[in-house]
Amino acid sequence: MSETTTPRSDAPAAAPGPIADSSKPLASEPKGRTGAARILASRDAITIYALIAFLIYAAIAIPRFASPVTTGFLLLDVIPVLLIAMPMTLIIITGEIDLSVASTAGLTSALMGVLWAGGMDIWLVLAISLLAGVAAGMFNGFLIAVLGLPSLAVTIGTLALFRGLALVVIGDNAVANFPKDLTAFFTSKLGGTGIPTVMIGVVLVMLFFGILLHFTPFGRGLFAMGYSKEAATFVGINVARSKFWLYVGSGAVAALAGIYWTLRYTSARSDNASGLELAVIAAVLLGGVSIFGGKGSIPGVIAGVLLIGTLNYALRLGRVSDVVLITVTGLLLIFSVVAPSVGAAIREWRHTRRVRRNFSRTTT
Amino acid sequence: MMLNRKKTGQAPRLASLVALTAAAALALTACGGGGGGTGGGTSPAAGGDQKITFIPKQLNNPYTDVVLGGGKKGATEAGFASSQVVGPLEASASSQVSFINAETQAGTNVIVIAANDPDAVCTALGEARSAGAKIVAFDSDANPDCRDVFISQVVAKDVALIQTKLISEQIGGSGEIAILSATANATNQNEWIKFMEEELKSNPDYKDIKLVAKVYGDDDDTKSFQEAQGLMQAHPNLKGIISPTTVGIAATARYLSTSAYKGKVALTGLGLPNEMRPFVKDGTVKEFALWDPAQLGYIAAFAGKALTDGKITGAPGDKFTAGELGDRTVEEGGLVIVGPPTVFNTENIDKYDF
Repeated sequence: MSETTTPRSDAPAAAPGPIADSSKPLASEPKGRTGAARILASRDAITIYALIAFLIYAAIAIPRFASPVTTGFLLLDVIPVLLIAMPMTLIIITGEIDLSVASTAGLTSALMGVLWAGGMDIWLVLAISLLAGVAAGMFNGFLIAVLGLPSLAVTIGTLALFRGLALVVIGDNAVANFPKDLTAFFTSKLGGTGIPTVMIGVVLVMLFFGILLHFTPFGRGLFAMGYSKEAATFVGINVARSKFWLYVGSGAVAALAGIYWTLRYTSARSDNASGLELAVIAAVLLGGVSIFGGKGSIPGVIAGVLLIGTLNYALRLGRVSDVVLITVTGLLLIFSVVAPSVGAAIREWRHTRRVRRNFSRTTT
Repeated sequence: MMLNRKKTGQAPRLASLVALTAAAALALTACGGGGGGTGGGTSPAAGGDQKITFIPKQLNNPYTDVVLGGGKKGATEAGFASSQVVGPLEASASSQVSFINAETQAGTNVIVIAANDPDAVCTALGEARSAGAKIVAFDSDANPDCRDVFISQVVAKDVALIQTKLISEQIGGSGEIAILSATANATNQNEWIKFMEEELKSNPDYKDIKLVAKVYGDDDDTKSFQEAQGLMQAHPNLKGIISPTTVGIAATARYLSTSAYKGKVALTGLGLPNEMRPFVKDGTVKEFALWDPAQLGYIAAFAGKALTDGKITGAPGDKFTAGELGDRTVEEGGLVIVGPPTVFNTENIDKYDF
């Protein structure tokens, strides 16, 4: 749906000369689907339909799926991906990427373990770990926004660097004796609903990034940057500053995910959350965010994360092998990337045909 | 125009939010509707519909496959209605948790697990237990607070003693021997070597055997091969080598089988039958030892059955019968020992496939 906020090839403004007749009212100009049809067929709406369809299917076809226990276990499983997917959506919309998120979470986890084992107060440990994430994000942000280095190269570097630091910090050890109250809180549920208590915090993070992206000038600027950095600069968007803060946000949220991971699994290790960045990016793309930037929405991404999470959980409950599971996820991802391209090609072709027809009509 | 576009921009966003909320609501109502008693408290069903699930460290590992083969056999013999194997593709600390959760929900009676991290699986196992499941750890222990019993392959001392016994038999009770181990700080190997050295010193039967060298092949095939070669040159009177590591014994056997020392210098230790078969058949190696991984899974299945039937609780002194392998006793700390290592030679090696 983000496509509606930015110029599209078939939107009136972008249409070539012969159509843009200023004497005619806007409504009479030819355009693509509008109103309800457009909303209901948008890329992220499709992910949401897929999620609903799969939930219905699973509830009927998979024994024991329809139960509050599912809600609890499922959400506990997807929370790290859900958290990190929020800043990742914003970053990918600007046309950049952050591959270092899982390593940042691992580093946070390692740091927590060492500080706690060293006898520090748990709240101080949490604060320092969060700050470490912010610092990691600032490091990425500095290299990418200030020095202007490509984010892919920088974050592949920090992916290895932060994981390496995690190993330096904690080595092969694992710290497990975190306060029982705290670890129990992280797996506790809200009454009989099965919804984990920590979801409250996760919803706040989702609201923060959702509002930031969709209802603020800053968010609008991110879409513009995704289309064209030069154009964005010319209309007064501070590209470097926006990017810097995105990476800081990404680092901070990755640290939150690392803290959650450590306390949920009661184990601080250097290899925690390894490989998570790919799960996050897969979910974000499935949620309708364009890897080329400029398109995407938070509701779509949330649906994408939940769709992959539900698929995983349902297949696991049906005791389907993980081999099938990763294959299915891979196919879904490829489909989600290919489908819009095919759709775009069809739209492009119809647009060209329409323009030609219009053109021939105006000239004859 | 701008105004116009802004408006159409907001509408779909709201619509998507609404759709998403609807999806969430649907998920929740679905839960409320079909839920019922599937959650906790699934009481262990008596009789024929008991279910057992094995969760190895990771799938597609040759050693694990043998363990699980034994487990499946044990589960059938012990009388489980169904036995399943689920598990992650990578052996990371937290990867087993969602599998445990799914089993909890499926109302599985016995979960047999080789923990990748003793603590990371603890909370999930706790939830499974409060839902009525019995937890048997095998191969690699979980935190003792979160499981009922732990099935351990062997006692470290038994492993050490069988190797000294084998080498003594093969060299006729006297002469120089050497040890080719894994890494210099490998916990298992160092414990065994310590027991071997004590035994060589204290047992009068071994008074003529002299341990002249300890070398380390770092569990690297090439390095182990070179170390074996070096041992032969440095100690011309060497009569035997003990290699308490599967990589080391295979590499040493390969060196000996192509050298002049074949059949003259004895070799024993811990090896995998599939890797050692050619060397046993060509006479390079007479006998070597290893525990039988299949027995581990087999006993785990019987322990699980005894637990769900309430015959044992995991307390020290509890006894149960493990099918064809006979009785086993639960020791201090909920430990169950599989038994002494198996010795492989030309006669029995073809019966094993791992």
